[in-house]
Amino acid sequence: MNLNRREMILLATGASVAAMLPFRASAAADEAINAFTGGAEVGEGGLTLTAPEIAENGNTVPIEVDAPGATAILVLAAGNPTPAVATFNFGPLAGAQMASTRIRLAGTQDVIAIAKMSDGSFVRASKEVKVTIGGCGG
Amino acid sequence: MADNVTPRVRVPRDATAGEVITIKTLISHPMESGQRKDGDGNPIPRSIINRFTCDFNGQNVIDVTLEPAISTNPYFEFQATVPESGAFTFTWYDDDGSVYEDTKEIAVS
Repeated sequence: MNLNRREMILLATGASVAAMLPFRASAAADEAINAFTGGAEVGEGGLTLTAPEIAENGNTVPIEVDAPGATAILVLAAGNPTPAVATFNFGPLAGAQMASTRIRLAGTQDVIAIAKMSDGSFVRASKEVKVTIGGCGG
Repeated sequence: MADNVTPRVRVPRDATAGEVITIKTLISHPMESGQRKDGDGNPIPRSIINRFTCDFNGQNVIDVTLEPAISTNPYFEFQATVPESGAFTFTWYDDDGSVYEDTKEIAVS
């Protein structure tokens, strides 16, 4: 196969864009976190994120978030085409600041949860989930 | 509008005042993410439920914002405090403007 200069440049550009994709995905997650926290510092502890270590089917991955004293919990999947998953806002009659649901994961990645506590601080928890079959099939 | 959207909710029939109860909800909905393509390679437009709320006698219990990463047939399990007898109202908001509702009575002894 003979490549002229123009084709070489095209190929090289394509390769570098492909290499940047994972970085861009996590940048989108960081943006979503910043939008939620308003740039405030995010601590650790007080938030439990329960997710399976290995999910055979990325279409339904059961997760549970539990953060006593939280007013809202944001859940993100950093490796999905769009990282946002769900935001839980707890009202005055919430018995406990916990919720469980089922989410889609495109592949093996970190699931991130950020809780906004009633005193205005933020805490974060993350868990890696290994996915055998991704849940964004086309 | 998505076809055959049926909400299913499980709430205990009775409780003592101030008790914390667990509520489970499920609604049948395809939750088309907008990422998939049909046989001809054309993207299938997004069609999801984007918000779910649960209220008890007009007071909010939980308000969830859903994104396309929520699985088909969205399922939620959460906890609520019941101060008195009354009714839980569950509301799901579809992308196409449809609103699905369900209510469950609970007796407090």
